[in-house]
Amino acid sequence: MKAAVAVEDKIVRVLGEGGEVDASKDPRLSDRDLLTLYRAMLLNRMVDERMFRLQRQGRIAFYIGATGEEAAIIGAAFAMGEKDWVVPCYREFGAAYVRGFTLRDFFCQIFGNAQDLTKGRQMPVHIASSRLHVLSVSSPVGTQIPHAVGLAIAAKIRKAKEAALVFFGDGATSEGDFHVSMNFAGVFRAPCVFLCRNNQWAISVPRERQTAAPSIEIKAKAYGFEGVLVDGNDVLAIYATTKKAFEKARSGGGPTLIEAFTYRLGPHSTSDDPHAYRGEDEVELWKKKDPLIRFREYLEKRKLWHQDRETKLMQDLNEEILSTLKEVEQIPPPPPESIFEDVYAVMPWHLREQRDQLLRWLEERKKITESY
Amino acid sequence: MPEMNMIQAINDALRVEMERDDRVIVMGEDIGKFGGVFRATQGLYQQFGEDRVFDTPLAEAGIIGTAIGMALYGLRPVPEIQFADYIYPAFDQIVNELSKYRYRSGGQYSCPLTIRTPYGGGVKGGHYHSQSPEAYFIHTPGLKVVVPSSPYDAKGLLISAIRDEDPVLFFEPKRIYRAVKGEVPKGEYLVPLERATLVREGDQCTVIAYGAMLHMARETVDLATKKGIRCDLIDLRTLLPFDIDTILQSVQKTGRVVIVHEAPRTCGFGAELAATIGEKALLYLEAPVLRITGFDTPFPYTLEHDYLPDAPRVLAGIEKTLNF
Ligand SMILES: Cc1ncc(C[n+]2csc(CCOP(=O)(O)OP(=O)(O)O)c2C)c(N)n1
Ligand SMILES: [Mg+2]
Repeated sequence: MKAAVAVEDKIVRVLGEGGEVDASKDPRLSDRDLLTLYRAMLLNRMVDERMFRLQRQGRIAFYIGATGEEAAIIGAAFAMGEKDWVVPCYREFGAAYVRGFTLRDFFCQIFGNAQDLTKGRQMPVHIASSRLHVLSVSSPVGTQIPHAVGLAIAAKIRKAKEAALVFFGDGATSEGDFHVSMNFAGVFRAPCVFLCRNNQWAISVPRERQTAAPSIEIKAKAYGFEGVLVDGNDVLAIYATTKKAFEKARSGGGPTLIEAFTYRLGPHSTSDDPHAYRGEDEVELWKKKDPLIRFREYLEKRKLWHQDRETKLMQDLNEEILSTLKEVEQIPPPPPESIFEDVYAVMPWHLREQRDQLLRWLEERKKITESY
Repeated sequence: MPEMNMIQAINDALRVEMERDDRVIVMGEDIGKFGGVFRATQGLYQQFGEDRVFDTPLAEAGIIGTAIGMALYGLRPVPEIQFADYIYPAFDQIVNELSKYRYRSGGQYSCPLTIRTPYGGGVKGGHYHSQSPEAYFIHTPGLKVVVPSSPYDAKGLLISAIRDEDPVLFFEPKRIYRAVKGEVPKGEYLVPLERATLVREGDQCTVIAYGAMLHMARETVDLATKKGIRCDLIDLRTLLPFDIDTILQSVQKTGRVVIVHEAPRTCGFGAELAATIGEKALLYLEAPVLRITGFDTPFPYTLEHDYLPDAPRVLAGIEKTLNF
């Protein structure tokens, strides 16, 4: 690929493609942290596989995965402080997970049931958790980016040592919201880290159709701050770069744009068929760069991992996924009147009226259906 | 005559117009080689090439803004917005630029472009793949707003829209893209804009609907017939400018009106219809004009079928109007 050649000389990388480490750049995470990271990445991968299967079986309506992008998502979120803010796009379950968003929380959201934190209001994967400082996912592309800048400016106004991390795709960099956000962040020196998951595709549209620039990261230059190109399939490089960007942000150094150079191994979503627009050869090439494989090879070299542990972990995770699913699938949907809650802090008269109408209608519907 | 679903009919309309007029071009996200996420532009890239069928960067303001420039130059762009829910980044271009160009230039310029966009709920699409935003655009002088409910109308109306000298927002009810089939003539034919059609005839109540709701309303009217209630059912097809004559003729006959749409009620299109009927036919009315609509909440996910108007709700509305 053209872009891949252009970026190769300045890309930040800690792990080589065979898992060998560049000691000068190693962020020196503890063994425990390394294993936590790996576990989260593997879980994310396995959840994706299971959810695609559930969608095919008609048990859930829709799903969007992170397959191939786990390192960029999880590695970045792992570098944050507890009080920092995550502003996710729709592939960032893993980022929320490492901050304490549970598998059960995720499944309840996907089923949109009565225990979903977001009350069945949104499509699957559109999570939110105010407790964990994870903003609410929105489907419109790029709209979340200015919110992160706003959080960051607010933290700066209040002299809090908090920063914000916002995720978005390569496609999103074409939207006005991206450019507006970069500009505000530069002007206000906002403690904000922009993480662009450049997975090379926006549904069927290749990266080359989003920008004529040789990379995305260079766009930061025009807005007056630093851009960094990182191997998005190298979890340690992502971790180290994000950590540095956060340190800079907290010490008043302003924003950073990180371009995580990665690849969407799966379809855009369960509604997509990538065979219609991209070749298998390209996918095969990127499968060899699978972030999980690379990280596992590193862990094996460090003697932290071996096949038996892998098998055992997969069994455990599978068990956890299945038992959580089993429990969550039994939970009923939210009650009909919940449609009218949270439109406003206090329900106005017209919504109270409409709520009462709906409840009456549901009664009548029962009767009419019986008399058909 | 070939039988088609609505997607095929729209695809056919685009092909017919592109073959007839080389000023017609198609642009948007994923509409090129891929043929659109709903397949509406399938095969057009292969047939007409990159100059006339092209993927754009992911930026709706850019799509509509540049389409305006192309229309000013003399092309006939048919941009696609992938979902109506994603039209808002282009709202400024549509409301401040597209709709006003003819007026503000004293008639020197015009923007004959047709924005196609899938809209509406019932597809498990949550907030952002379900909205019915037609009222924002009906409220914008200078635009025309069209909503087909059948493959036949979709093709004939789209061709009329492309040939129209004014900008048209063409809202496609995605819920029935494939669910509704019908005979569609080959080649070109026009279904005129600004004309409603009477789908069922009766003298006791007028039911007005459009888009996917039309099918539910027809089912309801047929149900009512079985119960001895005779209704006119009007498919509006064009919402702006709407066909006031057909509406008034019916209202003068029935004296009772039920309006159905899935968009929220407050300031929805039903409000405009009710007000106009009140102004022009008050003395014919035997009951208040009733609206059966989506609720004034964002479009929910899990409970979308409680949100959307359904046959029992509309039937209850018709009965309430009759018993007033
Ligand atoms: C404003 C807007 N336009 C169009 C869409 C439809 N859409 C959903 S995802 C997507 C592609 C996004 O690509 P990218 O930003 O690269 O993120 P990725 O999916 O690759 O992670 C498109 C066009 C949307 N959700 N929002
Ligand atoms: Mg992408």
